Amino acid sequence: MINFTMPDFTQAYPEMFVLAMTCVILILDQFLSDARRSITYYLTQLTVIVAAVLTFNQFGTDTVVTFSGMFVNDSMSVLLKLAMYVVMIGIFLYSRAYLTKRGLLKGEYYALGLFGMMGMMVMISAHNFLTIYLGLELLSLSMYALVAYDRDSMVASESAMKYFVLGAIASGMLLYGMSMLYGANGTLDISAINDSINSGTASKQIQAFGLVFIIVGLAFKLGAVPFHMWLPDIYHGSPTSVTLYIASAPKIAAFAMVMRLLVETMPGLQSDWQTMLIMLAVLSMAIGNVIAIAQTNLKRMLAYSTISHVGFILLGIIAADKAGYSAAMFYTITYAITSLGAFGVIILMSRNGFEADQLDDYKGLNQRNPWYAFVMLILMFSMAGVPPTVGFFAKLWVLEAVINNDMTWLAIVAVFFSVIGAFYYIRMVKLMYFDAPEDEQVLEGSADMRLALSLNGIVVLGLGLFPGSLMALCVAALA
Amino acid sequence: MNMENIYLAIPLAPLFGAIVAGLFGWKIGRAASHWVTILGVAVAFALSMLVFKHIVIDGAETYNKTVYVWMISQGIQFEIGFLIDKLTTVMLVVVTFVSLMVHIYTIGYMKEDPGYQRFFSYIALFTFSMLMLVMSNNFLQLFFGWEAVGLVSYLLIGFWFKRETAIYANLKAFLVNRVGDFGFLLGIAAIVYFTGSLDYMTVFGQADTIASQNIEIFAGVPWSAMTVVCILLFIGAMGKSAQVPLHVWLPDSMEGPTPISALIHAATMVTAGIFMVARMSPLFELSATALSVVITIGAITALFMGLLGLVQHDIKRVVAYSTLSQLGYMTVALGASAYSAAIFHLMTHAFFKALLFLGAGSVIIAMHHVQDMREMGGLKKYMPITYWTSLIGSLALIGFPGFSGFFSKDAIIEAVAHSDIAGSGFAYAAVLGGVFITALYSFRMFFLVFHGQERMDEHTREHLHETPAVVTVPLILLAIPSAIVGWYTIGPMLFGDYFGASIFVLPEHNALAAVGESWHGPAGMVTHGVMQPPFVLAMLGVFTAWFLYMKRPDIAESIKNKSGLLYTMLVEKYGFDRFNEIVFAGGARGLGNLFWRNGDVRLIDGLIVNGSAKTVGWISGIIRNVQSGYLYHYAFAMILGLLGLLSWVIYSS
Amino acid sequence: MLLLTDYLILGAILFCISIAGIFLNRKNVIILLMCIELMLLAVNINFIAFSHFLNDIAGQVFVFFILTVAAAEAAIGLAILVVLFRNRSTINVEELDTMKG
Repeated sequence: MINFTMPDFTQAYPEMFVLAMTCVILILDQFLSDARRSITYYLTQLTVIVAAVLTFNQFGTDTVVTFSGMFVNDSMSVLLKLAMYVVMIGIFLYSRAYLTKRGLLKGEYYALGLFGMMGMMVMISAHNFLTIYLGLELLSLSMYALVAYDRDSMVASESAMKYFVLGAIASGMLLYGMSMLYGANGTLDISAINDSINSGTASKQIQAFGLVFIIVGLAFKLGAVPFHMWLPDIYHGSPTSVTLYIASAPKIAAFAMVMRLLVETMPGLQSDWQTMLIMLAVLSMAIGNVIAIAQTNLKRMLAYSTISHVGFILLGIIAADKAGYSAAMFYTITYAITSLGAFGVIILMSRNGFEADQLDDYKGLNQRNPWYAFVMLILMFSMAGVPPTVGFFAKLWVLEAVINNDMTWLAIVAVFFSVIGAFYYIRMVKLMYFDAPEDEQVLEGSADMRLALSLNGIVVLGLGLFPGSLMALCVAALA
Repeated sequence: MNMENIYLAIPLAPLFGAIVAGLFGWKIGRAASHWVTILGVAVAFALSMLVFKHIVIDGAETYNKTVYVWMISQGIQFEIGFLIDKLTTVMLVVVTFVSLMVHIYTIGYMKEDPGYQRFFSYIALFTFSMLMLVMSNNFLQLFFGWEAVGLVSYLLIGFWFKRETAIYANLKAFLVNRVGDFGFLLGIAAIVYFTGSLDYMTVFGQADTIASQNIEIFAGVPWSAMTVVCILLFIGAMGKSAQVPLHVWLPDSMEGPTPISALIHAATMVTAGIFMVARMSPLFELSATALSVVITIGAITALFMGLLGLVQHDIKRVVAYSTLSQLGYMTVALGASAYSAAIFHLMTHAFFKALLFLGAGSVIIAMHHVQDMREMGGLKKYMPITYWTSLIGSLALIGFPGFSGFFSKDAIIEAVAHSDIAGSGFAYAAVLGGVFITALYSFRMFFLVFHGQERMDEHTREHLHETPAVVTVPLILLAIPSAIVGWYTIGPMLFGDYFGASIFVLPEHNALAAVGESWHGPAGMVTHGVMQPPFVLAMLGVFTAWFLYMKRPDIAESIKNKSGLLYTMLVEKYGFDRFNEIVFAGGARGLGNLFWRNGDVRLIDGLIVNGSAKTVGWISGIIRNVQSGYLYHYAFAMILGLLGLLSWVIYSS
Repeated sequence: MLLLTDYLILGAILFCISIAGIFLNRKNVIILLMCIELMLLAVNINFIAFSHFLNDIAGQVFVFFILTVAAAEAAIGLAILVVLFRNRSTINVEELDTMKG
């Protein structure tokens, strides 16, 4: 007898809608002249917004596992997807200006961008190793192509190659780890593996062996030391509109992947992964913050800063309790927004033939445009963790969670390295406010871009003044 | 519209005005800037009246709710919340009314100032801060309002930031307030330490447990924890409400434009300390020692600061010293456990002091920003409205029977007479003496400005005329409550059960109840008051002023010359400023220099900061070479990482 | 009769070869692409072996997906390679070092 149950399609409405729309946009774009390319842009934004509405409708519903256990919809997935949409809208908005100025405004950017988003949505809602892998690859493949998007750029093609090779190795390792866990537990389903590990029947050795490979895959995606080597080169070499993408939204998806793979699948192996993550976190905070100091390229500096922030996100996971996970989630979401803003400022500063990616390009920004200098100041302060910006609370809660789990030494290490890190953020502020400008060109940017960027800065500040609601959402998402 | 939204709208309306005028003032222009802020404050005032109706007339329940939880750390909630009871309601109405008057008045006073929009933005922000302070239901928000008021006052006192004296004055206000705030912060910290909460109600609920504990600040000398907490909180109040010896900032704050003097001195900022102590009555009541400190400090301020008003020539400074003295009265009332009398005097004082300040401002406008009374005189015939309203204000200030100041001041004097807290005897003498002094300096000013010889120069005289309606209308509107508000409010506020649970008084401290036994309505109080020593003293003061400054100015001059030492002492303001300058400022600078040279430059900058920065930079330069750019090195690093993790797993299992 | 361990060892060896290939090869980018394919095949062997010995079909389904994704990956990899060659006129791994530090 064939036992077939219809999957609950309502749970996947946003994914289905995004898939359909992406295909429509992909085809429609072929028939548009360059002059009418903005139609593609508006359709893309519309897609994200409608997807957000569809996802928002799922807000507050119970956890549903459907599609034969492949797909899960819980409050965490809803919150993370919503945060991701917000970031995606910013990404598409900021990129448009950059691409237009360089004559790169093609439909591919939006199609690939949406496919990447689709991949992230699948990752966030995955409930099976297969879906995690497929989501991850959908995202990664889109990203590889996007990095090489500017076909005539030497550095872009070089970084695309590096990204591709290293990314492929990482997903190979992730798969290897998955195969080991599959062998040990006989299933690919997340809850089933969890049960199997808890029952203690499967071989502990094979599981630990597989776990190492999975952590390598995760660490690569997050950019934790020593799996971080791709990050500075890819941030540096990609067109800024793509760096913006890689640096923001995928962090949210990577966080979801960590939650699904470690926290939901392998709480039974917690003591193992906890120690491994501690090593990665300490290394990330140390290497990231220290090397960032020596950078003269802003995009590279932000890449190293990302590495150090990943260390902080890992701290929340290491705390391994609800407070820690919600703190890490808060950290990830707010970091994605802050990072979005920082790259947004780079885009605003740049013009055709001038990337504005050198630290010296920001000298005297305050004299040229006090408002965006202030926005950048907020963003830098947030990254450094200066109150009252949101970065302060993100760090505070993560550290609190770590301390409450009797790992005070780890918190001290983290604070020590973030003090070192504060140096290069504050140096940026010094350049903007206390040095004389070398470049007198007036900042140009469309009205929507300037509005969005201002809003972005205000959100970072506002969330710092009123962090309670978002934090409450993060806590509720893990209930 | 439910009440919660109204409560929220009251502080937010001025904030909105402040933001619009502050950030977009350059774009929307002068008129729009004053409209938006005035509208914001007017909305706040209208809503405050609505709240007054809701809470006082309809007798609704006290509202005490958290609006927004900012964060929770170690079980302590940091939140924004409102406590709306009758005490808050009085403050709301007073603050928003006076602020509204000041806003309207500012249109006339600042007409020619280039910083017009900025000024409106600041005063609206000031109103917002004060409203947050009085509406708070927890110490955190109280502290926020407290500091915000301090910050905006700093900006406002230094509003004319190109004047050196203004910079000096605002720095002074800031520093002196820091001293007070330090005590206040320690007090809040002590409260958190003992109760683990920032919420008023929780803290009040645990007042007995605080009172039952002792702490030893000096080994072997146990202090009641409650005394320590209350005195620390009161140090905060001393800073904000300008009590001796933290009063030095207030006279200097006259460097700010006159409207802001009125706002600071009448309705906001200086009343914050009085309000705070009244709000904390459940704590203060449990420490007789703290109450004694309060009453003594208040009495010193009331008497000695009034004396200084006698030798000032600057019209605004006279009013400023009068504010100090009146704040002393309120503090005395607090110390005598007559909290409601203190709040009552706060309210009447807010009206008549705002009136006097704005009146002085009106004179200053007419005199083309001359503030020296020696160059005025005989202004009565040029400025009738200002004259009559100032007369009402002065009569209210000296406590002429029937005017609002009479009721509140007499109530305080009576309450002190009935109080038996340690120090109340001295305080009684001080407040009685203060009555004479008050009458003397108020009418000295009044006569010098409005009567007698016209001492201004020819050019000024030609241009003398009454100020425009935006100035005089607020004067008239303030004169009405200054004259009559006492009649209607004294009964319920002092002797009725108006404040209910918002103010807590122990039965054995309840001096007002004793006063109330012999109280037979406001009319009876007036007829009775005419035969009492305060009235006699006040009349004596007025007469002396008339005699010395109108009838025989030569006597005044010779007194001045003969009492050399006393006069110098008064002019030097008892040497507080000199003392602070030499001991605190000089000492701190010396100490700072010492630490800066040896500690900071050599050790911290040289060795720790620059040394470590160099080391890190050097390490950074080396490590970055690991990032070689070669793909196979990157892959190799990943494999090393993998092998590292694998060997750890094998090693640990 | 081959045991599960034999298949796993084969998979492990292939995996090691592919990794060694990636960081030992310093000349041709195409060899990198081949190594990546090899790595995925090593994983496939693991999955199929487990699937067979566990009597569970899911592992084999996974392999089909991996193969599909690998094809897509190879397509993108080669496309990037073409772009790279067009810009630099070389596919020598040792010359891909404009960004470092």
